[in-house]
Amino acid sequence: MSTEAHSIALAHHKDYRGSKFAIWLFLITEVILFGGMFLLYSVYRSEHAADFHRGAEELNTLLGSINTIILLTSSLTMALAIAGTHHGNRKLALWMLAVTVLCACGFLVIKYFEWGAKIHHGIYPGSARLAAFPKGEILFFGLYFTMAGVHGIHVLVGAVLLTVMFFRVLGQPHAKLSFVAGHGLQHAEGARLAIIDEQGTPLWKGDKIDTTIQRIDVKTKYWPVKQRFKVEDFNQLENAGLYWHIVDIIWIFLFPLFYLIT
Amino acid sequence: MSHDAGHHEEAHHEPVGYGQYFMTWFALVFLTAITVTAAGLHLGAISVLVALLIATVKASIVLWLFMHMKYEDATFHRLIAVMMVALAIFIGLTFTDTLFR
Repeated sequence: MSTEAHSIALAHHKDYRGSKFAIWLFLITEVILFGGMFLLYSVYRSEHAADFHRGAEELNTLLGSINTIILLTSSLTMALAIAGTHHGNRKLALWMLAVTVLCACGFLVIKYFEWGAKIHHGIYPGSARLAAFPKGEILFFGLYFTMAGVHGIHVLVGAVLLTVMFFRVLGQPHAKLSFVAGHGLQHAEGARLAIIDEQGTPLWKGDKIDTTIQRIDVKTKYWPVKQRFKVEDFNQLENAGLYWHIVDIIWIFLFPLFYLIT
Repeated sequence: MSHDAGHHEEAHHEPVGYGQYFMTWFALVFLTAITVTAAGLHLGAISVLVALLIATVKASIVLWLFMHMKYEDATFHRLIAVMMVALAIFIGLTFTDTLFR
């Protein structure tokens, strides 16, 4: 057997570009979903400007601003987590993912207190107090609870998704090179596997490879170092990241429309 | 997708440094501060316009840098363009109805 390396392709093939394109198609349906609700908001706002103005004054701008900063920060940590995998920095990727999930939970906790206060004051869909409000304000709060609610569900889904991604990355480092009989292994027949150090001293020698050997696996049980990094291994994480950023973008529009325009 | 020739190359741009993401975050927080301040100024009729304009700038920054649209090719840019045009048609056409009733 010559000393030239036989390069054997890894068994897995992932369509990195295709999966990213698919997730973008899904994200567009999300934008259309919220776009429809934004349209409803715009039409009712143009008809009941004064009532929307009063409704927005009832919302807690401070809590809304804090939640905006929380989501923006979670978008940063999400991007850093993905950059971490690109730089081969597993520890950073895991920490940043954990912070992202914590931010998502923080957002939901603040939302809980915000909604709790509103419900305590008798403002919730179908409540007697809300029914006595002017028509425009009823519409404002109806839209607020619907849109912030659907957005909140997206945050919850994102938190679950990113928790799953955390454990995916945690369980990562595994790369396996397989030399399968009939696909290059015949070149190794009669040879012996050995691990040789810098001085050329064999550290370990395997048994002779004969026709009974069907496969030689080289398993790596460590985090792939930078040069071993394959962007395809993290396409799920990147797609989850795209989803998380679109949740942030939707909030970027919800925040001024419900909390600020007074 | 019929880009088989560059299939293995397209995804491998140089990893983006961490610094750029911090700058992006800073810009987004800064714009949030501006939009909250602007809301406090009671600008009247243009307040909605200002708020939506700032929100659009923020969303574009997230899309371009956090969501890596900067590094995607024309197929993805076209996809986003189609989405924007579809939204504009939905909203525009509805208002041609509601505004002139």
